[in-house]
Amino acid sequence: MDVGLKHMLFVSLALFFTGVYGFLTRRNLITMLMAAELMLNSVNLNFIAFNKYVWPGQLDGVFFTLFIIAIAAAEAAVAIAIIINLYRSFSSIDVEDADTLKY
Amino acid sequence: MNEFFVLMKTELMITAIIIFLLFAKIGGRMSNASLSGVTNLLLLATLLAGFLWPARGWLFGDMYYTDPLIVLEKAILIFGVLLIFLFAHRWLRAHQHLHEFYLLTLSALLGMCFMISSGNLLMFYLALELSTIPVAALCNFDLERKTSAEAALKMIMASAFSSGLLLLGISFVYGITGTISLQVMPAALGGSPLETAAFVLLFSGFAFKLSVVPFHLWTADVYEGSPVPVTSFLSVISKGSVAFVFITVLHKVFIPLYDAWYLALFVASVATMVIGNLFALRQQNIKRFLAFSSIAQVGFILLGMGGLESGIPVVVYFVLVYLFSNLGAFAVVSVISSASGREDISDYNGLYKTNPWLTWVMALSLFSLAGIPPTAGFFGKIFLLASGSESGNFTWVAIAALNMVVSLYYYLRIVRAMFMEKNDRPLEKIHAGLHANTALAVCLAGILLTGVIGSVYKIIDSLVY
Repeated sequence: MDVGLKHMLFVSLALFFTGVYGFLTRRNLITMLMAAELMLNSVNLNFIAFNKYVWPGQLDGVFFTLFIIAIAAAEAAVAIAIIINLYRSFSSIDVEDADTLKY
Repeated sequence: MNEFFVLMKTELMITAIIIFLLFAKIGGRMSNASLSGVTNLLLLATLLAGFLWPARGWLFGDMYYTDPLIVLEKAILIFGVLLIFLFAHRWLRAHQHLHEFYLLTLSALLGMCFMISSGNLLMFYLALELSTIPVAALCNFDLERKTSAEAALKMIMASAFSSGLLLLGISFVYGITGTISLQVMPAALGGSPLETAAFVLLFSGFAFKLSVVPFHLWTADVYEGSPVPVTSFLSVISKGSVAFVFITVLHKVFIPLYDAWYLALFVASVATMVIGNLFALRQQNIKRFLAFSSIAQVGFILLGMGGLESGIPVVVYFVLVYLFSNLGAFAVVSVISSASGREDISDYNGLYKTNPWLTWVMALSLFSLAGIPPTAGFFGKIFLLASGSESGNFTWVAIAALNMVVSLYYYLRIVRAMFMEKNDRPLEKIHAGLHANTALAVCLAGILLTGVIGSVYKIIDSLVY
């Protein structure tokens, strides 16, 4: 069986919605961050697949992927710094405990 | 080579300030007062330099685009940041991480300038992240306060989620059209269902940053928890920059999908105005109140984006007016909060007795936000309604007009409290200081003059082509 665009898109969308599900249901902040990274990585897969199967003559998709990887790392660094600081004041990284701001 | 310096002068100057701040941080011999003085002066120079030789042109292939309208948009954002630096002067001078505050704010500003100028989705995405990630760190700037850490957490999580949605939309657009250049894209779009799906994802990414209603939940918490200068940065500068880009993307790039985006704007705008207003009615904290009021204002901005004829100048004009009115209100909140640490609406009862100057600025800012005639907000709202009625959708305009009436109630409630209510624990007389008073006076002048001087709108309109 040849692996085609459909298979790649199926995998990447499954990965994306796994990420969305994880982001919305997990209560641990590090796991939520991992879920967000999963979403970004599924987009990377999407770009590569489109570049390889639909527009093989150019490199826009590959470049975009490289930049997404770099930005995702920067975002994770800031997010982890914020989570560590949150842990210092709340002594917990459970998202349910960070509830001082409410209606 | 010459073109490079002419077209990118704003970004280059902001980068120069950032490098200067890095050296000042390493050298470590400058006092807080002189550092903030130098930074303010350099930023003022950047603002003025932007207006020299406003040219139109492309750089780096199709990556970077600028024209006189974009120069004006950047000048509006830089001017707003300068006002924030001025009215937050007292809070900043006492802060032990002053260098980092300036560095992060100016990095976000640099990202916004690049975002407005982006001619390519890759450039746009990079600039968008550069303008959100530093702001998340800024939210955490009251390091010892629990609420500040929580606000930063909510900000970074919401922005990570929204950039995921935005990127999925971009990837589908790339898959359909085979290009990420905003210049080539309109010709390649045809209006297929997959394009509409991709557009909805892009729209939700923008909606997160603009806090349009289904995606507004992070806004109030982040605004309440962050320090006041950061809140004002988020609510004016960050929102204004995204609004500038959003309207350009809608009107210049996604024009083949006009039916889809018009419907999306209609639904989102009505929901945003109604929910923003209803929640603003019941707030007790002044920052939370201003958060919901700014959500409602975004609903009106979306109304203005619906008009194809005059949408762009109207939105730019309204953002300018909104900058003066909202920064005026935040300047008063900032001065009071840094002097007394009190942020509840009930603390503002009877403010007129002790602080008449602050009360007048606050009252006129709220009048302008509500859209009461002599102030600039009235003209901004009129233009937005006129632009929204261009397409003949009068339901939308009528809902907006009704929402203006509702918003009048809660804005005037605060004005009434400041002038007429009694307070058992009144705020003492506050000396705002020279910097904050300058910012307050500039905001007040902007509120009173931007609307009355008709040439302001004419200039903006003449820059659009």
